[in-house]
Parts: sequence; structure tokens; C-alpha cells
Amino acid sequence: MVQLLFFYFAIAVIGLGIAIVNSKNPVHSVLMMLVLFFHMAGFYLLLNAEFLAAVQVIVYAGAILVLYLFVLFLVTLKEEVKISPFIQKGYWLGFIIAIGMFVTFIKGIQNFTLGPHGEYTIETIQHLTHTKAMGKAIYTTYILPFEIAGLILLIAVIGGIALAKREREGA
Amino acid sequence: MVHLSWYLTVSAILFCIGVFGFLTRRNIIMMLLSIELMLNSVNLNLAAISHYMEDLRGQVLVFFIVAVAAAEAAIGLGIVVTLFRHRKSIHTDQIVSLKG
Amino acid sequence: MNMPLYLILIPFLPLASFIFTLLFGKNLGQKAHWPPIIAVLTSFVCALIALNDVLHGTHINLDLYTWFESENFRASVGFLLDELTAVMLIVVTSVSSLVHIYSVGYMHDDPGYYRFFSYLSLFTFSMLMLVLGNNFLQLYFGWEAVGLSSYLLIGFWYHKKSAADAGKKAFIVNRFGDFGFGLGIIIVYLIFGSIHYETVFAQVGDVVGQNFNFLGFNVDLITLIAILLFCGAVGKSAQIPLHVWLPDAMEGPTPVSALIHAATMVTAGVFLVARCNPIFSLSETALNLVTIIGALTCFFAATIALVQVDIKRVIAYSTVSQLAYMFIACGVGAYGAGIFHLYTHAYFKALLFLGAGSVIHAMSDEQDIRKMGGLKKYLPITYITFLLASLSISGVPGFSGFFSKDEILAMAFASPVGAGKFAWFIGTVVAGMTAFYSFRLFFLTFHGEFRGTEEQKKHLHESPPTMTIPLILLAIGAVAAGWVGIPEILGGSNHWAHFLAGVVGHPHFHLDHSTEWALMFTSVAVGLFGIFLAYVFYLKKPEIPVRLGQAFPTLYQILFNKYYVDEFYSAAIVQPTIRCARNVLTAITDGKIIEGIVNGIPRLIGNFSTILAKLQNGRVQHYAAIMAVGAFILLWIFM
Repeated sequence: MVQLLFFYFAIAVIGLGIAIVNSKNPVHSVLMMLVLFFHMAGFYLLLNAEFLAAVQVIVYAGAILVLYLFVLFLVTLKEEVKISPFIQKGYWLGFIIAIGMFVTFIKGIQNFTLGPHGEYTIETIQHLTHTKAMGKAIYTTYILPFEIAGLILLIAVIGGIALAKREREGA
Repeated sequence: MVHLSWYLTVSAILFCIGVFGFLTRRNIIMMLLSIELMLNSVNLNLAAISHYMEDLRGQVLVFFIVAVAAAEAAIGLGIVVTLFRHRKSIHTDQIVSLKG
Repeated sequence: MNMPLYLILIPFLPLASFIFTLLFGKNLGQKAHWPPIIAVLTSFVCALIALNDVLHGTHINLDLYTWFESENFRASVGFLLDELTAVMLIVVTSVSSLVHIYSVGYMHDDPGYYRFFSYLSLFTFSMLMLVLGNNFLQLYFGWEAVGLSSYLLIGFWYHKKSAADAGKKAFIVNRFGDFGFGLGIIIVYLIFGSIHYETVFAQVGDVVGQNFNFLGFNVDLITLIAILLFCGAVGKSAQIPLHVWLPDAMEGPTPVSALIHAATMVTAGVFLVARCNPIFSLSETALNLVTIIGALTCFFAATIALVQVDIKRVIAYSTVSQLAYMFIACGVGAYGAGIFHLYTHAYFKALLFLGAGSVIHAMSDEQDIRKMGGLKKYLPITYITFLLASLSISGVPGFSGFFSKDEILAMAFASPVGAGKFAWFIGTVVAGMTAFYSFRLFFLTFHGEFRGTEEQKKHLHESPPTMTIPLILLAIGAVAAGWVGIPEILGGSNHWAHFLAGVVGHPHFHLDHSTEWALMFTSVAVGLFGIFLAYVFYLKKPEIPVRLGQAFPTLYQILFNKYYVDEFYSAAIVQPTIRCARNVLTAITDGKIIEGIVNGIPRLIGNFSTILAKLQNGRVQHYAAIMAVGAFILLWIFM
């Protein structure tokens, strides 16, 4: 059963990925991305990480993609869908690099060995619920990165406003 | 029984698709979207390994990556907006003033 | 024993005066002659003190300052004071002082007044260092330094092209000789392990018979060293084949000709041979070579002097010829006689030159003797001193030239060296020629009718005392200097030969008295005949030389054009060198190869950078692709 779900999610994700990259219309790409994010959330659920699945959907699908859509509507021209989506000169180079990287990664995966197991076994997480387990980890061991992540988000807010505001006339 | 290597393979494929998209798309926003794809593949990778290692470290990292990716997407799109205002174009082959 | 102060003062006072006059002479104006004159007169007094010490038996051989020492090679400034040095010191300082005083009058209005005197001081310093040295390196240093001073002084009026060329010619021709000389010094060091005279001369007996492998030939070592050292002497003392610079050196001011090209610098070659007599005495071949070159040069130069018409050229060729006499003496082993002639010649030759300078000065810078004549009544002091000098050079009995020349001829005849008798024969013939051309010069200049222009006649005047007093003093030397070497058969006790015997040895050959008388009689007769012939040719019947010139036109042309040696050197050496320099070295090596490299490397770098610049084309995805490739390669390496 789990395997079946895994295969479904995997094929969906890969198919959607290829479709996103090859699509002419950027809005279509963003919408397909939305579907892809839902499938990623599915993956996380398979991995017993429901908190992550929730975060994925809320943040990525709910916030980031909306942002992309807004900017897309701001800048996309009508003629965009008529021309080729790929740059003229670098297409095959990109393709070869991607294939090369894939081959390298496969080789790496074949030689991959897992490290020592930690203390958060699946039973423990299921017992605590994943959210509480994540909370325990973040607020004790990883409190500093948490604060820094907050700072980064603050900078993002300020930066976004600074970059996108219009120059006032005569200010 | 799903092996770890399957997750890693899926993640690798997704990453390579993202690289391909980044290197070949003309639209800057599509480039940024490919970056999001790459980040997602990494997230999957980390979550899978963390699950099989029975440790939460990977998933905590995923949490932070999501946060940072959001911030980075915001800033990136802000730059795209500014660029569009000045150049009236968001095609990478038309924005080459750093040439030479 | 440590170094006495007077010995240090002798060369270094002129050095100080050179530096001082060069730096501050401009401000002193017409008074710029005082520092050099004071310096050189003090050196002369110190030289007298040195002579006095040597007469009482003092010998000094000390290193004043060691520049560096590397294994057994010691480069040092050192002084060697023995009889030979003392004689040279007296000659150099006395003639130099008199020339300094003379130059006050002669160079009076010249714009380069202070420069002239500073160069004279430089020359005096260099010559004194050469003479005082106790090692070959100092000798070489002095050698080159006098060459430099000679160049500076010959080309003193550097605006004149002929003077500048003459200076260059002197220096370059000397380089040919100095090349051999340098090689000789190097071989001396290689064989003897030292360049100090004391060490070398003590060991020279040990290497007799050793051979040196030179380009596959086995040459006798001593002969090789002697010949190489002699090369330097040939260059510096203007013997064949390197004599060509001396007549051209007459472009310099006359006091320079008197000091450098008569009395001191050109005698450095003779000094070298005399100083190195332990080496030369052990090589029969080298001695023969010296004698033969001396004899040939003697004859060669005298024949050219017979027909020259420039007053200074005649005296210049006469100098070459007389230097050859000194080499003949050294070649046959009578070094003492050679130095004796050097000493007497310094005085009468300097006198001849300075007298010629006086004449030139009076004639408003005219040097052609065909335009002179009858100057006797206008220049009485010059006339008398010139006459005394001419009598001395002609070997008239009683004058100093007679004693020294006679000594040389006698020694040449008696010597066991193979070429001795040949040299004696040539020497006697040339003695006659010397008398002839000297008096030809004398009669044409001072007797007869004045053949110059009216303008020149108006300016004829005797020279000022600053010029005539040195003439008188030199005349005393020209007459009496030889009286220290009166040979035994005439009643003297030949103090000279005994004095120098400690350094140069005593010739082991003697003549019986009747032969000596016969030889003396021959040379006197030949000399007087020469004077008589000149009298007939140029005073009584002046049409004879003209008819002789017309009867033998080719011979006359050859002699007048100095045997075309200059033209031969120009065609054989100078022109090919210039052509090679222009067409090969400048055009190809410099123009193509070196310029090619110097320009080509930047061009190459430019091309390469143009290629590299294409990497930066402004496309972000391009950069990203390169980064991806880099990451990919890194992954492979670490996988």
C-alpha cells in the first residue's frame, strides 16, 4: 500500500516537474507547481512528518505561489506565450549538465551509507505527535537558528518593501 | 517497504529537472521557480534521510529551509519587479549589460 | 715598516685635485689652475723625497688597502717603491708640473679651462697609480684610467668631430691591446695564484719549460704570458700594428700631446716590459718579438715622419720611432738602457711638443710647416729651446739623447738575442733619419723666409712667461738629464745602470772598448750626416726635395699617406663591423628578435585576454552553467 502511494507520488512529482520546466505559459507552470507541492506534502505524510506537510502546503502553496502569481501578472506580456520558452544558445549545455549531475548523484546514492541512528524513533514520534516532537527539538537544541530564521524573514519583509516601492515624485 | 535509495533517487531527478530549468528558461520568474523546485527536492532528501535515521535533525532543517526559501522568493521577486520597471523586459537574453 | 706619508700623497693629491676642480672649478674661473698646480708640485716634491729615500736604500712594498680577498686572489691597492718606480715618479711628476704651468698660458681663453685642468689631474693620478702599483690589477687599473684620461683629453674640444673621433680611435685601438693584456694577467693569476709582483716574480723561475694548451697547441707558458702582456704594451705605446691612434691624437691640445703622448702615457708600455723583466728574460721568443717589432716600428715611423707637413704629426711619428728604440733596448735585455732613453726622451720630446705649441700659438693656430718659416727672430726663446731639443734627439754628443740612444745601440749590437744585430742596423739607419727629419722640421719652421699670411705675421709674438719658463726648464733637462748615465768609456761611471741594476738586472754582455768606440762613432756620424742633409735640402738647395718628390711620386704618396694603414684598417675591420652592426645586429637581432619578444609578449597576452573575456558575456545563466560544471567536477573528484 505504502509502496503504491509512493510510486504514485513519485511519478506525479517527476511528471509535473518536467511539465513545469517545459511549459510555455508561466501561469500554467505556477499552477502545476501548486499541484506538485500538494504531492510533496503527500511525501511528507508518508514519512510521518505531518507538521512538515502542513507547513509545506501553508507556506509554499499558500504564500509563495500566490506571490509568484502576483508578480507574474505584473510583468508578463501577452506575446510571451508565442515565443519559445528556452534560451537560444544554452539549451543543450543545460541539458547535458543536468544529465551529468544526475549520473553523479546516482553514483553517490549507490555508495551511500546511513549514519548512526538517533533517539527519535518512529514510535516516539507517533506517540508524541510530530508537531510536538519538532517543537521539542526546535525550541531546545535549535533555538538559535530559529531566531536567525526570524531575523531573515524580517529582512525579507523590509527588503521586499524597499525594492518594490515606487519613487515618489518630488520626495 | 520503501527503501531510502528510492527517495534519494526521486530527489535527485527532481533536482536535475530544476537545474535544467534554471539553465535554460528565458523568463526570469521561471528561473526562480526552478530554484524552488530544487529546494523542494532537497527538502525531500533531508526529510527522507532524517526519517530513516530516526532523528529529527533533517526535518528541523527542512523547516528552516522553507522559511529561508520564502524569504528568498520574496526578495527575488522584488528584484524582478525593479528590473522590469527599468528594463521593461524579464528575458535573460535581453538583460546583458554586465557583458565584458 | 709602514707606509710613509709622502708615498700616499703622491697619487692621491692629484686625485683630490681632480675631484675638487671638477666640482668647483667652474666657480673658480680663470683661477681654476691653482688646485691642480699645487697638487702636482707637491707630488713632485714628494717624488724627490722618495728618490732620496731610494738612494739611501729604502725599498717599500706594502698594501695600502685590500679591496677584497677571495681564496688566494687578493685585490688591493698597494705601493711598490724601488729604483724603477722612483725614476718614473720623477719623470711623471716633473713633466706633469711643467705641462700644468704651460697650460695656464696655452689654454688661457678656452671655455673649458677648469675641465682641462681637472682632466690633467685625473691623468696624473692614473699614471702615478700605474707606476706605483705592486700588483697587476693596480697596473691594469692605472692602464685603463690613463686610457680614459687620454680619451677625455684628446677629445677635449669635443665639438670638433675630428677630435671626438680621434678620442674614440685612441680608446678603441687601445682596447685591442688591452684584451691581450687582460688575458695575460688572468693567465698569470691562474699559474702563479697571485697577482702581486713579488709573489709572481719569485715563482717565475719554477714554470720555465711548462707548456700551456692553447686551442690544441702547446705553447711555452712563459712566452705566452710575455707575449700577451706585450700586447698591452703595443697598444698603449703605439707600436705596429696598433700605432694608428697616436698621430690622430694630435687633435688634442698641445700640452696634452706633450704630457701624455710623449712623456708619460705612451711610455707605460716600456715601463710594463721593464717591470716584468723577470718574465721576459726567460723567453727568448718573446724578447725576439719585442726587438723585431721595435725595429720595424722604428723604421716605419721614421720614414713617415720624413714627409709629413703638420708640425705635430712629425713629432708624433718621431715619438713612435723613439718608443720603438726603448722596446729594442728591452727586447735585447738592456732594460736599464730602455728606461734611460724613456727618461731622457720624456724631456726632449715634451720640449719639442711644447715648443711646437708655442709656435702654433704664435701662428694663430696654424700647424702646417709649409706656411711657417723665419720664426727665429719672432720667437727667440722657443727657437733656442727647440734647437736644443732637436740636437738632443739627433744624438749629438754631449746632449742627453746621445747618451741614451748610444747605450741602446751598443747593447743591441752586443746582445746575444738573435734579432739584436738587425735591430742595431735599423736603429743606426733610423738615427740618421731622426736627425734628418728633426732638423727638416727645425729649418722649415724657424729659418728661411716667412711663408704665411700677412694676418698671421702681424700676430707673431713670443709666448708669455708661463709658457716659456717650462720650455727653459725642460731644455735644461733635455741637455743635462743624460749626464747621470755617461758610460765608462767616456769617463763617467754610468751611475744610471748601477742604480737600476737592482730591479732590472745588469746585461751580461759586454763589448770590448774598440767596438764600443766604433759603434759610437758610427751613430754620431750618421746623426751629423742627417743634420747636414737636412741643411742642404731645406736651406741651401730647397729645390732638391721637390725634385725628389717628383721623381718618386708613388713612394712619396705612400709615405705621405702613412702607408695607407688607416685605410686598410677601415676597410678590413671598421667597415665590416659597422655593416654587421647595422644589418645584422640592429636590423635582425634588435629589430626582429628582441623587439619581437618585447612587443610580442604583450600582444600574446592581449590576444589571450581577449579570448578569456568572451567568458564574461553578461548572461547569468551562462555563469550559472559554469558554476554547475565546476560543482559537477568537484563532485566527481570527491566521490
